[in-house]
Amino acid sequence: MAQEHAAPIHGEDEGTTTGLNHRKMLMWAFLGSDCMFFGSLIATYLVYQGKSLEGPLPIDVFDIPVTSISTFVLLMSSMSMVLAYSALTKNNMKGFRIWMISTAIMGATFIGFQVYEFSSFANHHVEIDCVSPGELTKYEQHIFDDGCSSGEAHAESHEGLKPQTNLFGTTFYTLTGFHGAHVTLGIVWLLSLLLLSFKKGVITPEKNLDVDLAALYWHFVDVVWIVIFTVVYLFGVFPGF
Amino acid sequence: MSTFPISIPRPVHPTGIWGWFTTIDHKRIGILYGVTAFIMFLSGGIEATLMRLQLAGPELDIVSAAVYNQLFTMHGTTMIFLAIMPLSAAFFNFIIPLQIGARDVAFPRLNAFSYWTFLAGALMLKLSWIGGATDAGWFGYAPLTSVAQNPGTGIDFWIISLQILGIASLAASFNFIVTIINMRAPGMTMMRLPLFTWMSFITAILLVLAFPVITVALIELTFDRYFMFNFFNVANGGSVVLWQHLFWVFGHPEVYILILPAMGIVSEVLPVFSKKPLFGYKTVVLAGAIIAFMGWMVWSHHMFTVGLGAVANAVFTVTTMLIAVPTGIKVFNWIGTIWGGSIRFNTPMLYSLGFIAMFLLGGISGVMHAVSAHDAQQQDTYFVPAHIHYVLFGGAIMAILSGIFYWFPKYSGKMFNERQGKISFWLIMIGQNVTFFPMHFVGLDGMPRRIYTYADNMGWNFWNGVATAGVFILIIGFLLVMDNIGRHWKNGEPAPADPWDARTLEWSIPSPPPEYNFEEIPIVRSLDDWWETKQGGAYKEVPASGGLGDEGHEIHLPQPSYWPIVTAVGLFIAAYGVVFNDLLIPWALAAVGLTIGFIGVYSWSLEPVNDPEEDSTH
Amino acid sequence: MHSSNTKLIRFNKIPKTAFLLSLALLTLLLTACYPDHNQSTFDPRGPVAAKQLEVFWWIWWGGFIVFVLVEAALIYAIFKFRVKNESDIPVQTHGSHKLEIIWTAIPALLLIILMVPTIQTLFYMYEAPKTTKPEHTLEAIGHQWWFEFRYPDPTNSEKEIVTANEVYIPVGYPVAINLESVDVIHSFWVPKLAGKTDMVPSEGNFMWFEADEPGEYYGQCAEYCGTSHANMKFKVVAVPEPDFKSWLQAQSNPALESSDPLVQEGTGVFKSAGCTGCHSTKTVVNKGSKGRVGPNLAHVGSRRDLAAGMLKNSDENGSVNDALLQKNLRTWLENPAEVKPGNLMSSGAQVYTDPDKKLTEEQISQLVHYLSSLK
Repeated sequence: MAQEHAAPIHGEDEGTTTGLNHRKMLMWAFLGSDCMFFGSLIATYLVYQGKSLEGPLPIDVFDIPVTSISTFVLLMSSMSMVLAYSALTKNNMKGFRIWMISTAIMGATFIGFQVYEFSSFANHHVEIDCVSPGELTKYEQHIFDDGCSSGEAHAESHEGLKPQTNLFGTTFYTLTGFHGAHVTLGIVWLLSLLLLSFKKGVITPEKNLDVDLAALYWHFVDVVWIVIFTVVYLFGVFPGF
Repeated sequence: MSTFPISIPRPVHPTGIWGWFTTIDHKRIGILYGVTAFIMFLSGGIEATLMRLQLAGPELDIVSAAVYNQLFTMHGTTMIFLAIMPLSAAFFNFIIPLQIGARDVAFPRLNAFSYWTFLAGALMLKLSWIGGATDAGWFGYAPLTSVAQNPGTGIDFWIISLQILGIASLAASFNFIVTIINMRAPGMTMMRLPLFTWMSFITAILLVLAFPVITVALIELTFDRYFMFNFFNVANGGSVVLWQHLFWVFGHPEVYILILPAMGIVSEVLPVFSKKPLFGYKTVVLAGAIIAFMGWMVWSHHMFTVGLGAVANAVFTVTTMLIAVPTGIKVFNWIGTIWGGSIRFNTPMLYSLGFIAMFLLGGISGVMHAVSAHDAQQQDTYFVPAHIHYVLFGGAIMAILSGIFYWFPKYSGKMFNERQGKISFWLIMIGQNVTFFPMHFVGLDGMPRRIYTYADNMGWNFWNGVATAGVFILIIGFLLVMDNIGRHWKNGEPAPADPWDARTLEWSIPSPPPEYNFEEIPIVRSLDDWWETKQGGAYKEVPASGGLGDEGHEIHLPQPSYWPIVTAVGLFIAAYGVVFNDLLIPWALAAVGLTIGFIGVYSWSLEPVNDPEEDSTH
Repeated sequence: MHSSNTKLIRFNKIPKTAFLLSLALLTLLLTACYPDHNQSTFDPRGPVAAKQLEVFWWIWWGGFIVFVLVEAALIYAIFKFRVKNESDIPVQTHGSHKLEIIWTAIPALLLIILMVPTIQTLFYMYEAPKTTKPEHTLEAIGHQWWFEFRYPDPTNSEKEIVTANEVYIPVGYPVAINLESVDVIHSFWVPKLAGKTDMVPSEGNFMWFEADEPGEYYGQCAEYCGTSHANMKFKVVAVPEPDFKSWLQAQSNPALESSDPLVQEGTGVFKSAGCTGCHSTKTVVNKGSKGRVGPNLAHVGSRRDLAAGMLKNSDENGSVNDALLQKNLRTWLENPAEVKPGNLMSSGAQVYTDPDKKLTEEQISQLVHYLSSLK
């Protein structure tokens, strides 16, 4: 058939009814769907908030200053992403690459923080001075009651917080874990684009859609984290928040 | 351009069987979807027949309790996910591009991927019969799905295949949302879209928003089963009711996902065979949108007996009753459509009229469920299967049969036998009423659903016997349908382009349509543009290049691709790897599958839509 | 163009047929109510079920009228507007706002009217009357696949009286029931007394009902709960209040000792075969204590059914027939999986899982005698 010898215009790159690119629209539809995905996970978390039968609870394990830093890094990565895209449209390929790398590094930093956080929660250990225990959380009180009853000097627990420990562990690791997976996927995507940008004519100021889509995704994942940080971390530690 | 990481020469318009494996033509994919889903429908029918045989009389021993429980679980899952949804998807694929005046869908390869993934999920679920299928019900209520209650692999197969089917459905829905918004012919405004396309559009949006919820519920269940998480673990404070909420937040929109395309088909068929436009087009569209919107606010009516409290039940009573209003509007508008028309009783029309008659009954018994005070008596009795079959068989399946016959000339290029079609209609119409109507009686007579046997002294014998007898009428009806379709697809008389004197664009092109659909992209000037044209309106085709701003004067079609099927195969292997994660090296098979899938996606994303080998300007 | 336009049915013959058909259908509908059947919802014997049936008739008549009107309009249109001349083109009406508003408003109005009795009944169902006496508050606990019942001990507020699969209630008094489950979700349902309420593990539920007259009422689990969901039944026996009190008194006492040597031997087998691991013959337990895995057998010989409604021990007037009871006990003990597939006893008790420890014919006879003596 004659149409086999055709210019590669049709299909995903062709002119559209609305003028919006197909792939961009697909991306928005996907993000809408992903909203429901995270919405369901967050809903589960909220349903089980305060329902754990035993500790550790958010107040025992969260370190707000540390997580604030990683949150800040992730937010900055969004800015870096904007700069990368802007550099690309201005035909500043060097700037584009630098900002892409910086975005990916900040994303990786965030993931690093998450890995650190997960392992420190899982190995969370408590040691309480039986003589002057100070102010104790419910969980610590429990350890205190258990360990100090027989007249010992210290009470301790190495149980830590694992997904199997309680409902908090289950919902926390699942929710933040899936967010982390999203960020990781984003990093792979950004690095792929970075590699492709060294190939001639694949990513140019005019052909910036690939970068645009990745940016959209990146910002979305970022916004989801703001919700998670607020709902999980801040609400968890400051109950009256 | 080479395809990283491995380079395989691209298929260039292969023929024969291989052509079907690599096809990205929406029409072929539609046919693949239709044929596969119909086979799945038959398998679900066999499961149903076995159940009816077991219940034909009291204390029968045709299947064991364990097998019966697997049968009803698989029957429900099959009919919903493997039959009705993909049968609708078959029509989406074949019809929508034709109705909106497009040459293909927005993402042809994604479309192929959605079919192969659907096939993978379907096979996976059905193969779970080997070694014991799931027996926790299609709703999979916790804690029946826990490892303690259900240590076998049946549930794992069920979970994973639903996840895979979810991926397939999501991929298809993204595709159709973009296609419908973005690939309409010039002049085809949203309010000129044929109603089937409109309802499919709403369905796709519902799907995109509803499926992630079940995905999350299934992930939670998976983690509970595989890694001892606590989501539904009562011993650690988990709530089994959470599963029900998540499941029905998905499950109720899912009901509309099943019925809205059916409503769309009926809204196409009735005007054509009445020779009148749809009565109140805008109202019908709006009613569809309102149903979809309200579908999110009624989920707890599946949980009236769970003990959510009088206030919650009252609220969901109100919302559920109100959703009957837009549904009623549709029924009235359909009657308004045939009112004053010039009705021809061809097979598709009979099925559509049958749809209205049966769906109305299902709607009324639906309102009966909404009366939550009495629902305490109806819930989990045979009254509910009676309702669901009037809605999904009398509703969705009748409409799908209507569509199968209505578009038969278009997709096969042949005509079916009218007489045989009409006989099959009457058989199916009578058969379904004989089968499903008695379920109302035994339900209110206190027969719980999902019981594999019942005692002799309960008074349920007679109507159960009648229901079972009805199945055989249905079987004959469907054999006639299959014979009619199968035989005439091969040897039928050639069909003209527009055998029904229809109203929408798919009838303006030859039957079957050429690979490129429209030789020239039409310009649309009104609703029912093709009809208006035939009535002497100004209909004009524009050259392929004109409407959508292409350069060049030839028709371009996307090329076939290996990667969609490779990715789907990868998913299939990975899914098996998840179920049998402890074979030899733990998780190795899953890793292999995922790697194949990853290679598929990666190569796919780097593969241009059209290979530019002959064209260096890319 | 297609040619076939065969009319399968002569349409002008239809109206009479249709009329007769619908008459026949209506007769069927009304006779299908079967108030004499054991679990018919059309035969309420208490205020809750009666109220629920009342709302049903509201919606039934509403639905029936809508059904008749709409199907009539549909059928009328089908006959009236069938094609007369293939080339005719009818008036191309696109809709009518007035009509559409009418058929939006009328159903909406109908439904709003319907909501009133529904919601009233809903609140009625959810709150037991204030006159409910504490001694008429019982606990129903779902097990796979039988029901455990617990009554407050009238003589000691710290104790409860345990029984299984048969629940006595006083006639004419509202009975409050707290529902629980030890494994999966079950649903507690006595169609003639009240609609069902689910028994959700770890989430307590509540319902109430009242029987207007003495009698035996069938109940069955309504929520799918695993392999033998179909085999999970129970009976409510409504008796006058004095009888209820004396029944409860009898329940709290152990069964009368018997001097029959077979019974004595049976007692020994009951212990040596490991039955006591799961079954208790003591009915008075601490309030809130965890129940045994199997049903309490202290008065198993006095119950009208064996194995949660599977085997009937009683004759027409509800009194236990000893020959029948012994036959049923034998059937059950010989192969419980035959009576109730998947039950925990056949998969968990050593006498059924270990061929070496299988009950001998003699042991079964002894057990049958012992158990049937537990009145």
